[in-house]
Amino acid sequence: MSIEIEQPSVGLSKVAVSETHGEDSPYFAGWKAYDENPYHELNNPSGVIQMGLAENQVSFDLLEDFLETHPEASSWGKGVSSFRENALFQDYHGLPSFRKAMASFMEQIRGGRAKFDPERVVLTAGATAANELLTFILADPGDALLVPTPYYPGFDRDLRWRTGVKIVPIHCDSSNNFQITPQALEAAFNEAEAMNIKVRGVLITNPSNPLGATIQRSVLEEILDFVTRKNIHLVSDEIYSGSVFSSSEFISIAEILEARQYKDSERVHIVYSLSKDLGLPGFRVGTIYSYNDKVVTTARRMSSFTLISSQTQHLLACMLSNKEFTENYIQINRERLRKRYDMIIEGLRSAGIECLKGNAGLFCWMNLSPLLEKPTREGELTLWNSMLHEVRLNISPGSSCHISEPGWFRVCFANMSEQTLEIALKRIHDFMEQRKRDI
Amino acid sequence: MTRSKSPAHEPESESEARRPTGATGMRLIVPLQGVVQGRGGLILGSLIPCALFYFFQLYLKRHRSPKPDSNPTSPSQSSSNLADLQRSSSRSNLSSRGSFGPVRVSSRASSIAKPNDSPYYIGLDKVSEDPYDRVHNPNGIIQLGLSENRLCFDLIEKWLLENMKDSVIGTEGGDLSISGIAPYQPCDGLMELKVAMAGFMSQVVGRSVSFDPSQMVLTSGATPALEILSFCLADPGNAFLVPTPYYPGFDRDMRWRTGVELIPVHCRSTDNFILSITALDQAFNQTRKRGIKVRGILISNPANPAGNLLPRETLYNLLDFAREKNIHIVCDEIFAGSMYGSEEFVSMAEIIDTEDFDKNRVHIVYGLSKDLSLPGFRVGVIYSFNESVLVAARKLTRFSSISAPTQRLLISMLSDMRFTQAYIEINKKRIREMHDLFVAGLKKLGIKCAKSCAGLYCWVDMSGLICSYSEKGELELWDKLLNIAKINVTPGSACHCIEPGWFRCCFTTLSREDIAIVIERIGKVAETCKISS
Repeated sequence: MSIEIEQPSVGLSKVAVSETHGEDSPYFAGWKAYDENPYHELNNPSGVIQMGLAENQVSFDLLEDFLETHPEASSWGKGVSSFRENALFQDYHGLPSFRKAMASFMEQIRGGRAKFDPERVVLTAGATAANELLTFILADPGDALLVPTPYYPGFDRDLRWRTGVKIVPIHCDSSNNFQITPQALEAAFNEAEAMNIKVRGVLITNPSNPLGATIQRSVLEEILDFVTRKNIHLVSDEIYSGSVFSSSEFISIAEILEARQYKDSERVHIVYSLSKDLGLPGFRVGTIYSYNDKVVTTARRMSSFTLISSQTQHLLACMLSNKEFTENYIQINRERLRKRYDMIIEGLRSAGIECLKGNAGLFCWMNLSPLLEKPTREGELTLWNSMLHEVRLNISPGSSCHISEPGWFRVCFANMSEQTLEIALKRIHDFMEQRKRDI
Repeated sequence: MTRSKSPAHEPESESEARRPTGATGMRLIVPLQGVVQGRGGLILGSLIPCALFYFFQLYLKRHRSPKPDSNPTSPSQSSSNLADLQRSSSRSNLSSRGSFGPVRVSSRASSIAKPNDSPYYIGLDKVSEDPYDRVHNPNGIIQLGLSENRLCFDLIEKWLLENMKDSVIGTEGGDLSISGIAPYQPCDGLMELKVAMAGFMSQVVGRSVSFDPSQMVLTSGATPALEILSFCLADPGNAFLVPTPYYPGFDRDMRWRTGVELIPVHCRSTDNFILSITALDQAFNQTRKRGIKVRGILISNPANPAGNLLPRETLYNLLDFAREKNIHIVCDEIFAGSMYGSEEFVSMAEIIDTEDFDKNRVHIVYGLSKDLSLPGFRVGVIYSFNESVLVAARKLTRFSSISAPTQRLLISMLSDMRFTQAYIEINKKRIREMHDLFVAGLKKLGIKCAKSCAGLYCWVDMSGLICSYSEKGELELWDKLLNIAKINVTPGSACHCIEPGWFRCCFTTLSREDIAIVIERIGKVAETCKISS
């Protein structure tokens, strides 16, 4: 009889086994529920409606029109060399025509109020990669970035997992509509110092996710002064900059810097992507725009791990360098998002639910605190569970965005048709009516 | 595409610094020996000079300028402009204010940001400044330093012409319209592409293996595939053993952000640069003695730059070794389809299939940059037998996903098995033709190549042409080839090769006429080397 000798199993790294990917939070659990029972107009009208995914599906027709009338974008033209050149192109500097088009698109979004130099555009496969890359460059393992709450749950993974960098929250609350205050900035910095953690920078999202609101000029000025005083970096994730309902209401950090003639600008870095404004998350297109030459050089080299397919760069260069198309797209996209926003706000209001006043993004920030049995995190999760399993809507609980006040939820409205949104609103309406009757 | 770099960073200046020291030291020691010969002669006579010599070396070590960290490598044909980089760095220093000085970047970033002083970059820069063109710039520098394959684009272009309307973005609605490819996709790749890729990989290895799509993770190139595996299998400070000579890009892919070390296991021309298990064992033990934990072995099969295949026996021995030491094996098979010899390529997957091995420790990397000539499209594969690694790797692909339009195009292309089969065959044939032509040309000059049968390059022995049998001599020859013969090749030192005089020469970016010109140019330099030696 042979004796089974157990072989020691081969070990994996700490990164591989760590929980820092954060995919066990409710934010991701809701997706699982949706995957198991997804709503479909015809095949599954009582399924879970996905309102937890910030995707922009309202302007696909504009993209399709463009591609139909510009077949050269999806092919490589008649020239013998153009396909092979494109297929061979893996230069981390990126396709010059695409960088130029991206810079000019970013200018257009800001109404020409800021200039962007194509030489400072670094390309990455998505803003997810851009944020991680910047973190690798700006901070060492054990250092920290300050991030205002509530924040996009993906940051826990993108900024921390492989980098070993920590996030120290800058606490914001509803008393002033969640605006970032100088006191909150100082408090966060001191909290980090007290734990012997070196702060390397502040990361803001403007327009904010999940608030769906732009940051005011005065607040941006204060943040810039703060990071200058502390001699740290400022990363401004402006991924929703094209989704502001009214162009004049968005102030980019780039404008602030221009007004200051770029003094102290070498500490500022902007992240952008086409996933939200252009509704193309599947294309994996992100960018880092840095005013710091060393960061640009290093980010370029590091982007070797996350290059954008040259085929995609070519396609988007055609699209974004067409000024007529982009002007039209930006304007119409804004309009449609605003219309959706108005629709959902009205629908929620008539159900007795208030939201934070927003002016941007693909979602609204809903206040359900009056409905909580207990004003605690557990109370919020209980309510979230009801919304998910009874009302069959997947919405994102504020606790997964690290907010200290329970009861707030992010609700996405741009990743579905108007009909589906109406059905979702009806379900909420019915839910609220039921609760009134139960009381 | 492969990139190479010089590992010793400033080899010339270092060896030069060492020689005068030695000479000065001896001048001190000899008179000293005379002094002590009278009393306590032998002992003092040997101790004192040794002590002096030791302290002198210590003094020098402390005052030697710090080595720059391993330099990053550029995948580019138009690499960063060094002059511009220097200028703009100083500009940013001027504009910063405050008593703190400029805002700090991480130590990880600092080492990557340093200007590239490796000969490899100089070579690339030179080529981009003065690229050879048969018609417009016949005296320019011919590129043999990039392992790209330009021999079969006509086949792909024909396929595109015949199939374009079905691929990528159509307006017929459904999967092919923008609403099909625009939204978020699974970050580790569409299942349809995994299925198509599994079929392609199977064709490439001659159908001796079938690959399971559910064991696949797709990444934006083989570069992130390697990095992701490095992150999953090792902690900062741990090490992988790598046979030399090896692809210089490994220094970046496996180490930069992971903090992992690569320990070279030197292979010799006497073994045709095939790994010996004895050498592997020695390297393992030496590394352990230094207190460093070895987590795995990284091999390339087919090898880059040596171009050989690992025999079946070696693969079995590697698996035994890995099991004995309880470590991983990462096998980069990116050149599996770029074969020109008659030998049979044996994939690690085939070995695993046929034996009852502990599969959890084996991970294969593949990609379409070499075999399908599509480096720009960024398509890589991690193929693992370890479920925990797959789970972690899947999550990590969110930082390195393949663009959706490219996935769609490749699903079409790779599913057309008639096309892929024909492509694989014709590709091999054309690589072989170029290889034979190139090797024959070198033979006429009396230059031999290592016995190889795969890759887009030859591993050429030019030790006969170098003046001093050292890294310095090799780099001097490299310089002559670049600036006088005007051809850019990769010196073996950039690949950590322990024997000087070997050069990697890629021939798949050339036409038949170009090869004749390259041979002629090498010939001229060969003449001058023979005269001076």
